[in-house]
Amino acid sequence: MINEHLIPSIGVITDIRRDTPDVKTFRVLGLDGKKPFEHKPGQCAMLSVPGVGEAMFSITSSPTNEEFMEFSIKKCGCLTEVLHSLEVGQQVTVRGPYGKNFPVEGEFKGKDLLFIAGGIGLAPLRSVINYVRHYRKNYGKVVIVYGARSMDDLVDINEIKTEWMNEPDFNVYLTIDRPQEGWDGHVGFVPAYVKELGLDPTMTAVLCGPPIMIKFTLQGLLELGFDKSRVYTTLELRMKCGIGKCGRCNVGDKFVCKDGPVFRMDELDELPDEY
Amino acid sequence: MIKVDRTKADGMYAAISEKMPLFIPVKSAGEVNYAPWEKGADVSLDTLKTVKSAKDFFFPQSETMMRFKAEGKKIEIIDDRKEVAPFVIFGVRGCDYRSFDILDKVFLQEPVDTYYKERRDAAVIVTMACAKPEESCFCSVFGIDSADPKGDVTCYADDKYLYFKSNTDKGAKLMEIIGAFGTEGGEKEVEAQKKNTREIMEKLPFTHLDLSVFKPENLNKLFASEEWASLSEACLGCGTCTFVCPTCQCFDIRDFKTNDGVIRFRCWDSCMYSDFTQMAAANSRTTQLQRYRQRFMHKLVYYPSQYGGTYSCVGCGRCVNKCPQRLNIVKVIKRLGDKEND
Ligand SMILES: Cc1cc2nc3c(=O)[nH]c(=O)nc-3n(C[C@H](O)[C@H](O)[C@H](O)COP(=O)(O)OP(=O)(O)OC[C@H]3O[C@@H](n4cnc5c(N)ncnc54)[C@H](O)[C@@H]3O)c2cc1C
Ligand code: SF4
Ligand code: SF4
Ligand code: FES
Repeated sequence: MINEHLIPSIGVITDIRRDTPDVKTFRVLGLDGKKPFEHKPGQCAMLSVPGVGEAMFSITSSPTNEEFMEFSIKKCGCLTEVLHSLEVGQQVTVRGPYGKNFPVEGEFKGKDLLFIAGGIGLAPLRSVINYVRHYRKNYGKVVIVYGARSMDDLVDINEIKTEWMNEPDFNVYLTIDRPQEGWDGHVGFVPAYVKELGLDPTMTAVLCGPPIMIKFTLQGLLELGFDKSRVYTTLELRMKCGIGKCGRCNVGDKFVCKDGPVFRMDELDELPDEY
Repeated sequence: MIKVDRTKADGMYAAISEKMPLFIPVKSAGEVNYAPWEKGADVSLDTLKTVKSAKDFFFPQSETMMRFKAEGKKIEIIDDRKEVAPFVIFGVRGCDYRSFDILDKVFLQEPVDTYYKERRDAAVIVTMACAKPEESCFCSVFGIDSADPKGDVTCYADDKYLYFKSNTDKGAKLMEIIGAFGTEGGEKEVEAQKKNTREIMEKLPFTHLDLSVFKPENLNKLFASEEWASLSEACLGCGTCTFVCPTCQCFDIRDFKTNDGVIRFRCWDSCMYSDFTQMAAANSRTTQLQRYRQRFMHKLVYYPSQYGGTYSCVGCGRCVNKCPQRLNIVKVIKRLGDKEND
């Protein structure tokens, strides 16, 4: 077969975990039982169910995980609905990795890191956070602020509670939008929580979540004295090819699939406001 | 240079098409488009612009990329592309020839698009010099010399003769066939024609368009221009301009279920369509103003910024001729050039 980037390979779903009412995490391996390919934290892959469609998803597992690749997928349309109906053992197709990763070997090194996520926005961050845990001594202290609509909507709460919260020099703050029985943690939106926490503005921050959350959280961070050149986020635009050719995912002269999805806030400021 | 009497052209086409498929502008149902040459075809070499551009040869309107078969939980991916046999495209004008460079930058840049590349490599291109550029032509604005395009072979034509000059090894091979139908000579006539064409070009209405404002450093200023509102007001979002444009390269990838598995195909798409950027919860371009701006900003600013300064317009004038609302890139260049030039 000719080596063609738009032709995927077969992926086998080896595990499915229900995270929230509308998010499931899928474990995907190649036919040879290994990871379909190597990736870096923040990169994405195209998954497809032939006959239904193909779409881009963050690789939520860390590259340091040598056994498998995972995707946390929110049900919201044709493909994601079918993905949610699949069973273990089902084959899908997968191609990638795509996009620029977080600078874990560059700007992040030696820094105190602040991760802020809303809802499914945890998916790309989980990869970085677990990478940082793996190479713990290369990074400073870590603060994680994660919020969701309700306690049932927190993705991967098990790993957060059993692993992240027990990691030395890791501070994890969880919040949900509205009070709920059985929840004794913080209640309120992420942007407000971030301001309340009075976080140290010399940290390097990474923000992922719905656009509205990003917008208000960024405002909050700037008020706290954070500098845009040390705040990172990811953009989400409609994608088809993943390799800068189908012309679909551009913001100004950047293709999000190729030049993103990871952007620094000061880089985004240079681009037209069309995302 | 080989000079072929036009009365012998059909014989020459026949001889070429015996060796490999020959595609040439043919008039059919009142429109001229590229078609495989066959005996009796109404060849129209003097038509400047085929309705559909020549990009179709390398980036077809629709193509199968792969097939899938599913059995139980298993999937099989089938890539049963055949090797592309050499073929000749005859009569490519300077503007369309430049469009191949523009598409190459996108499709041949790493990671290489092999669907495109296989066809690109297999093609032998005979360009056609323009003797009578028309009012909607403005290729010269983009540095294209329509009087003397390159390609594997260049063909110049007057009322009586076709003149052929080879530019590459592939071209030299084709000349072996063409040579049998003509004699050496024609340099003087061709030189005179080139001079004449350039003089005509100089006097056409759009040849002095000023592109100086369209540069990457003006990206945000041009994006924010007040002019887009009135420029785009009449746009229907029909997408005609993108489909006839030789450099528009946006595509969609879709699956189609058949009785015998699934076909994944790609087809032209248009940034002028409202669902082009539609996502589950959001859409980055919700208004026709945004979509209209995207098309022209891409041609004049984004593409040059991405690919070393080359504009993604070749001045073919198809959008000038075909837009049902008489909107086009010339109006954009003029208006933004006037208003945004300090
Ligand atoms: C870089 C990146 C990373 C992402 N990471 C994740 C992640 O980790 N987890 C996650 O859950 N999501 C992620 N997403 C979002 C994910 O790609 C979308 O949720 C997914 O594409 C939805 O696909 P769907 O088929 O279920 O929805 P669709 O059915 O495609 O619905 C989406 C929209 O597209 C339109 N649409 C669909 N098909 C067509 C068609 N054939 N023609 C015209 N319009 C059509 C529909 O009108 C609808 O509005 C990411 C997206 C990007 C760009
Ligand atoms: S934008 Fe118009 S003039 Fe320019 S190449 Fe496309 S169709 Fe031709
Ligand atoms: S500019 Fe003209 S041809 Fe293009 S989409 Fe608008 S109305 Fe159609
Ligand atoms: S997804 Fe095709 S250009 Fe980005």
